[in-house]
Amino acid sequence: MEDWRNGGFGLYLHWPFCASKCPYCDFNSHVAAEIDQSRWARAYEAEIARVGRLTEGRILNTIFFGGGTPSLMDPDLVARVLDAVRATWTTANDIEVTLEANPGSVEAGRFRGYAEAGVNRVSMGLQAMNDADLRRLGRMHTVAEARAAFGVARDCFERVSFDLIYARQHQTLAEWRAELSEALALAADHLSLYQLTVEDGTVFGARAAAGKLRGLPDDDRAADMYALTQELCDAAGLSAYEVSNHAKKGSESRHNLIYWRYGDYAGIGPGAHGRLTLDGRRWAVEAPKAPGAWLERVEKLGTGDGLTETLTPQDQAAEYLMMSLRLSEGSELGRYEALGGEIKPSTIKDLVGLGLIDEGAGRIVATPQGRIVLNGVLRELLA
Amino acid sequence: MTELAQIRNFSIVAHIDHGKSTLADRLIQLTGTVAERDMKAQLLDAMDIERERGITIKANTVRIEYPAKDGKTYVLNLIDTPGHVDFGYEVSRSMRAVEGSLLVVDASQGVEAQTLANVYQAIDADHEIVPVLNKIDLPAAEPDRVKEQIEDVIGIDASQAIPISAKSGLGIPDVLEAIVTRLPAPKGERDAPLKAMLVDSWYDPYLGVVVMVRVIDGVLRKGDRIRMMQTGALYGVEKLSVLKPAMVDIAELGPGEIGVLTASIKQVRDTRVGDTITHEKKGCEKPLPGFKPAQQVVFCGLFPVDAADFEDLREAIEKLALNDASFSFEMETSAALGFGFRCGFLGLLHLEVIRDRLEREYDLDLITTAPSVVYHLHMKDGEVRELHNPADMPDLTYVDHIEEPRIKATILVPDEFLGDVLKLCQDRRGIQLDLSYAGSRAMVVYDLPLNEVVFDFYDRLKSVTKGYASFDYQIIGYRTDMLVKMSILVNDEPVDALSMMVHRDRAEMRGRAMVEKLKELIPRHMFKIPIQAAIGGRVIARETLSALRKDVTAKCYGGDATRKRKLLDKQKAGKKKMRQFGRVEIPQEAFISALKMDN
Ligand SMILES: Nc1nc2c(ncn2[C@@H]2O[C@H](COP(=O)(O)OP(=O)(O)OP(=O)(O)O)[C@@H](O)[C@H]2O)c(=O)[nH]1
Ligand SMILES: C[S@@+](CC[C@H](N)C(=O)[O-])C[C@H]1O[C@@H](n2cnc3c(N)ncnc32)[C@H](O)[C@@H]1O
Ligand code: SF4
Ligand SMILES: [Mg+2]
Repeated sequence: MEDWRNGGFGLYLHWPFCASKCPYCDFNSHVAAEIDQSRWARAYEAEIARVGRLTEGRILNTIFFGGGTPSLMDPDLVARVLDAVRATWTTANDIEVTLEANPGSVEAGRFRGYAEAGVNRVSMGLQAMNDADLRRLGRMHTVAEARAAFGVARDCFERVSFDLIYARQHQTLAEWRAELSEALALAADHLSLYQLTVEDGTVFGARAAAGKLRGLPDDDRAADMYALTQELCDAAGLSAYEVSNHAKKGSESRHNLIYWRYGDYAGIGPGAHGRLTLDGRRWAVEAPKAPGAWLERVEKLGTGDGLTETLTPQDQAAEYLMMSLRLSEGSELGRYEALGGEIKPSTIKDLVGLGLIDEGAGRIVATPQGRIVLNGVLRELLA
Repeated sequence: MTELAQIRNFSIVAHIDHGKSTLADRLIQLTGTVAERDMKAQLLDAMDIERERGITIKANTVRIEYPAKDGKTYVLNLIDTPGHVDFGYEVSRSMRAVEGSLLVVDASQGVEAQTLANVYQAIDADHEIVPVLNKIDLPAAEPDRVKEQIEDVIGIDASQAIPISAKSGLGIPDVLEAIVTRLPAPKGERDAPLKAMLVDSWYDPYLGVVVMVRVIDGVLRKGDRIRMMQTGALYGVEKLSVLKPAMVDIAELGPGEIGVLTASIKQVRDTRVGDTITHEKKGCEKPLPGFKPAQQVVFCGLFPVDAADFEDLREAIEKLALNDASFSFEMETSAALGFGFRCGFLGLLHLEVIRDRLEREYDLDLITTAPSVVYHLHMKDGEVRELHNPADMPDLTYVDHIEEPRIKATILVPDEFLGDVLKLCQDRRGIQLDLSYAGSRAMVVYDLPLNEVVFDFYDRLKSVTKGYASFDYQIIGYRTDMLVKMSILVNDEPVDALSMMVHRDRAEMRGRAMVEKLKELIPRHMFKIPIQAAIGGRVIARETLSALRKDVTAKCYGGDATRKRKLLDKQKAGKKKMRQFGRVEIPQEAFISALKMDN
């Protein structure tokens, strides 16, 4: 059996536009005055057909519209894309179709249309539960709007999740406790909780470099906030199944699980990444980031793919380990070794001794203490 | 060939940063030696490390041609020298090849410690000295006051000192004229057997070993068979050039001339700075007196990070030694670090420069062990041993007493900082020898233990005096004191490369500083790490580096796999810059940084 089958097969579609750019965000998102949605529909359709030919015969488990702000897409566009997908692959009976949405009132107006097109799950970027912090994060919505949009989403979709960003400037442990409690009261069965990351090339990154991004927690306080998050979510029945993702059992994001279980995924759209096993080799594929360049490539060359490399067995093993160890189910040692990875038994013993991983039944799993220093654990394991 | 009367050879000497290299720029420029488009500031500071640090490290020679007011064209060989104390050997060596010196004094700073040290060397070398007052474009320049200072403090005539701005070019024609009229022409016999001084050498990846010579007597021609008198090595001259500053071929070098030769020299050991070169047949009888060997004062171990690179390191050190006669090296082995070299340097900056050059020019990754001075161990059985490496300290029951090297330090400092300087010297176990005034500046002379000075004294001095103090020193001898070996334990394991000798009364303070510093320098690990300083079995300072608390990527989806993998690969490469001691990885810069105390 090819390794990717352990994780399944999904399709990621990237929509690269936003109404405005948030100062912390390093996603491939652009603000455009005018967008020719039918031109985008044609390009997505062409790419779906092309990738479909490469992966003929596979069953598609999940689809994810990510961004950018996919909730700026016309429901018609989403419908055309999903029609094309269904015409190309056999889809799983329980196929999961997620769309990332910003929780503004305008977006909420399109939710019904998305549901009719076939979207059955939305992930909403709430980010914070108070207006002052939303403004500081450069967000366009208010808490009241977000709550309303969330209500509409629950009416339209079977499954709804939302995102918060914490460990923000000047945020105290007590404030986060209160905010998270509010969020848990609102949440359905899935929640993503990200510690703010200051990324290079963003407004926050530049401010930090100039020493002007004050009040961020140091590592010790951030670690305390992470521990508190685990404690509150566990009590609410939304334990972490991944470093930053929480769900009731069975409500995990199946699309994201494909990444973490190191399955195959096709990426379509500007800047989209893919991992595809073809003719016995695993390819890493990356499309050009600029929306115009991507469109032209698709239209003129008949392919959106740009950079393509084959992954060596060692690369694949490393990727499998660093993705799967993020999950509470952990990594299968047999699979890691079959891919070409090697771990010294003494390293595992050391990390177990330090309480950072558990070992058993042919798997290793990061403990809660290990998860918050996962990069360090990986450095040891991959050394 | 150039007539002796038309040659002038001189060095440019000064305190650090007083503008030697900038003056050299102007002399090169005004005489059209280098095309305008190829000019850049401090042209002669060609090494990366010189440009980065903005200082001269190697002395550099250029030959320029100057049509003087008397209607004749003169050949001038100028040697730009470094100003920092640690490169003093470059200065003394250079002075032996020339007959005069331009003494540059920054007119806004006045006479400084290295101005004194260098001028005395020039006097020793029998040089004619032309004082030059630089930076008169600065509002703070006080040329008249500085002239007086030169006369009072140094005791040479400064009435004819030339005011210039090396930056703007003001006064440069006067300098050129003074070189011709005030400096002596070299002496020498064209018909005598060849006698040439080996002034410098270096390794060029294309040409091999390049040797710089100053011809005293006789004539050196391309194709000549030559003999190095000290080593006895024989070679045929393949290429003969002068430096402008690029190599320009020349048919012969006569008395008084300076140039470079190549001769397919394979054994870098065959070329010794200070040696005399003569012809294989009909050579001269008596060699030149040679140079005084440099006195290394700081020693440390240099080891390749990757043990497999040892042979590369040996080759690199030998090649570099060719270019710098002032550092010493001998093989050593260490239980933790494998094969390496114990090297001696003229100071800590010198050490850092050599280490940097080895890493950059020869593409090596090195571990540097904690630097140390040389102690004399008087054993109970009467034997006297030299201790270069604290790790080799024998069992104390066999040691009667220990002596350490002392220096005489001369510090010039504006009055307002005098208190801070005295305190610093006192803190470093100094004994005041003299305190006098030269205008509004104090000249303080202290007897200090070298081991308190070598690592960070100069940095501290600069910081307490906001850069206004200057400093020079000489070794004066050895004296007994209460010295003990302090070991450092990281995660309960002794790290030899960090052990050091300290005075008993200062041990606790140094131990504390050291463990605190190491706590900052060692990255957090997955477990907590005790860091201790101990004397014998007794712990005198302790810190605990807490375990890594947070290091995780918050968002990691399909698009992040590649980036994340590359990041981990990069961190793996970063690990190579660390050295494993037990379960702890210590970054290589820690071994030197840990010795620098912040206060
Ligand atoms: N204002 C002014 N600055 C000058 C003048 N001459 C040199 N400088 C500046 O002084 C600094 C030191 O000049 P260098 O020529 O590198 O000094 P140096 O004596 O060669 O220094 P070391 O080789 O490190 O001892 C540089 O920043 C120069 O630009 C001058 O005439 N006027
Ligand atoms: C692709 S983005 C969501 C897109 C959607 N446009 C939005 O902003 O709601 C996915 C999530 O990543 C999180 N995120 C983005 N940048 C982040 C950063 N610098 N630090 C932490 N979380 C971040 C946010 O919670 C965001 O909702
Ligand atoms: S955070 Fe979301 S809305 Fe903001 S710029 Fe990024 S993708 Fe767009
Ligand atoms: Mg210089």
